[in-house]
Amino acid sequence: MSDSTILTPQDIIERGELVFKKTALLTDNIMSYCPGCGHGVAHRITMEVLEEMGIGDQTIGVAPVGCSVLAYEFMNIDMQQAAHGRAPAVATGIKRVYPDKYVFTYQGDGDLAAIGTAETIHACNRGENIVIIFINNGIYGMTGGQMAPTTLPGMKSSTSPFGRDVQMMGHPLKITEMIAQLPGVVYVTRQAVHKPALVNRAKKAIRKGFEIQKEKKGLAFIEIVSNCNSGWKMTPVNSNIWLEENMLPFFPLGDIKG
Amino acid sequence: MEEIKLMKGNEAIAEALIRAGADAYFGYPITPQSEILEYLMTEEPYKRTGMVVLQAESEIAAINMVYGAGACGKKVMTSSSSPGISLKQEGISYIAGSEIPCLIVNVVRGGPGLGTIQPSQSDYFQSVKGGGHGDYRLIVLAPASVQEMADFVQLSFDMAFKYRNPVLILSDGLIGQMMEKVILPPQQERLTDEEVEKRYGSWATVGKKAGRERNIITSLELKSERQEKHNHKLQAKYREIEKNEVRFEKINCENADYLLVAFGSSARICQKTIQLGKAKGINIGLIRPITLWPFPSEEINKAADKVKGILTVEMNAGQMVEDVRLAVNGKRKVEHFGRYGGMIPSPDEVLTALEQKLIGG
Ligand SMILES: Cc1ncc(C[n+]2csc(CCOP(=O)(O)OP(=O)(O)O)c2C)c(N)n1
Ligand code: SF4
Ligand SMILES: [Mg+2]
Repeated sequence: MSDSTILTPQDIIERGELVFKKTALLTDNIMSYCPGCGHGVAHRITMEVLEEMGIGDQTIGVAPVGCSVLAYEFMNIDMQQAAHGRAPAVATGIKRVYPDKYVFTYQGDGDLAAIGTAETIHACNRGENIVIIFINNGIYGMTGGQMAPTTLPGMKSSTSPFGRDVQMMGHPLKITEMIAQLPGVVYVTRQAVHKPALVNRAKKAIRKGFEIQKEKKGLAFIEIVSNCNSGWKMTPVNSNIWLEENMLPFFPLGDIKG
Repeated sequence: MEEIKLMKGNEAIAEALIRAGADAYFGYPITPQSEILEYLMTEEPYKRTGMVVLQAESEIAAINMVYGAGACGKKVMTSSSSPGISLKQEGISYIAGSEIPCLIVNVVRGGPGLGTIQPSQSDYFQSVKGGGHGDYRLIVLAPASVQEMADFVQLSFDMAFKYRNPVLILSDGLIGQMMEKVILPPQQERLTDEEVEKRYGSWATVGKKAGRERNIITSLELKSERQEKHNHKLQAKYREIEKNEVRFEKINCENADYLLVAFGSSARICQKTIQLGKAKGINIGLIRPITLWPFPSEEINKAADKVKGILTVEMNAGQMVEDVRLAVNGKRKVEHFGRYGGMIPSPDEVLTALEQKLIGG
């Protein structure tokens, strides 16, 4: 290929061939996520939804403790960083003083379903008018791959090196199904982002969540089953295959409520 | 027109909170401070001023709700008693690290553990030395009357916003539960976001307006160099607070031969001891620290030059005495007298202790 055929982004825009543009609600900071990780896609579609709804300037996001602790470096909106597990309480505080603004939390499985179980259940039970985005990768990614509340039976992690023994360590917690039982929660769904069609569907679910918040109907809970190729000790491609074959049978995709 | 009422300390602080134009209160019941949440729920300030009141699922949730609302630049308070304040420590550390203004009230009961529901001052160390993890300071006010319970609310918010720092009111079961005459402050309007921004700057998460950088509330800094810089900034702020905000009361210190140092409920008891001493020809003065941090070290140091000995009186096993000794720096004998586990020292006991530890000894 000769030099003259290499197109700059500007050339592409001028030729009208632009097929994708990063939303202005994502910063230009280089994401700290491992290549192949689902967090980045989940960030992108969340911010695209805010942009499409035109509510980026009225939204306050809450980042958890976990790999997405630095979400505020990538999401170009006002954000707060919450203590491990406490994001739903922090979001409650924000939403109660700003009932007309948009508030969401973005939390991992350790954050939401272990240390923050009480805050999660009670924010849901109060029907806080917020969106909770729950990234379930079945492991503690940030701290190096320890067992999570959602680690599958028999699945290896650094603290279940011989596989999760449910007799000793308990069963994986289907917190999403539990939350669907609570009257304050109006929409509960489980999505994934490892295939383009699924990404589109997950984005629609997030949009629906924020529309519910706009209409002040209650809490929308969106689980995204995601990979953690580093924590699972797999290549990105293999981690997606493993997710399909192992995570999805246990955590089936689709709407659970609403 | 002055509005005078007979109220419990806990009720006075709750009413003063509404009148300070507060935006929200988040709490969880625990004796001896449940009246605060009960009073607010009964008064329904959401109808009076639009103030939010919410019973949280735990003290941990309550302090994190304070974090969220406080980080929006709102005037927010939570209250609890000792075991609940222990649970809040993680959140308080995050609040101090992220520099969120807010008010925390501890109506102290005796410990350790579940302890007793009776009054105590055994959370002094926890309040003034940090309590949670990391190098941080709370501004700590110690009310000695129902009036001060009410008065310190607005004072706390003024300091909290001026320095972007959490303020703690360290009360106890005695002040919280007793009824006294109180002059209530007038009702203030709640501030709009624009007013908050004009007075205190644009740091709060209110929704990112076009043309400004996003506002981020966080205590995380992964680069050590930058975390140290952040710590330097916090320490500089603490030195500024030490310079500006020391508060204390001096009673009968002119010509006193012996000095009592006591805060809150204990200071009230010591006032009676001063009278008992007079009757016996013992001239006793009292310094009552009103801010426990910043501590009136300089004033105590100066006062030490003029007396023969110093006794701290505390409803604990000897906590503030360490700060008094540091202030006096070996110049004078500093002793401690305390009752604890919910026991309250009597003025006679204090006088006897003074005679034994400072005069007879
Ligand atoms: C109080 C507290 N306990 C433990 C930790 C350590 N820690 C940081 S992230 C994390 C787990 C995060 O896992 P998850 O929520 O699943 O997020 P992921 O990294 O997988 O996205 C833990 C245990 C902490 N920061 N704070
Ligand atoms: S450790 Fe796992 S969850 Fe974290 S960024 Fe890497 S792949 Fe993603
Ligand atoms: Mg995880």
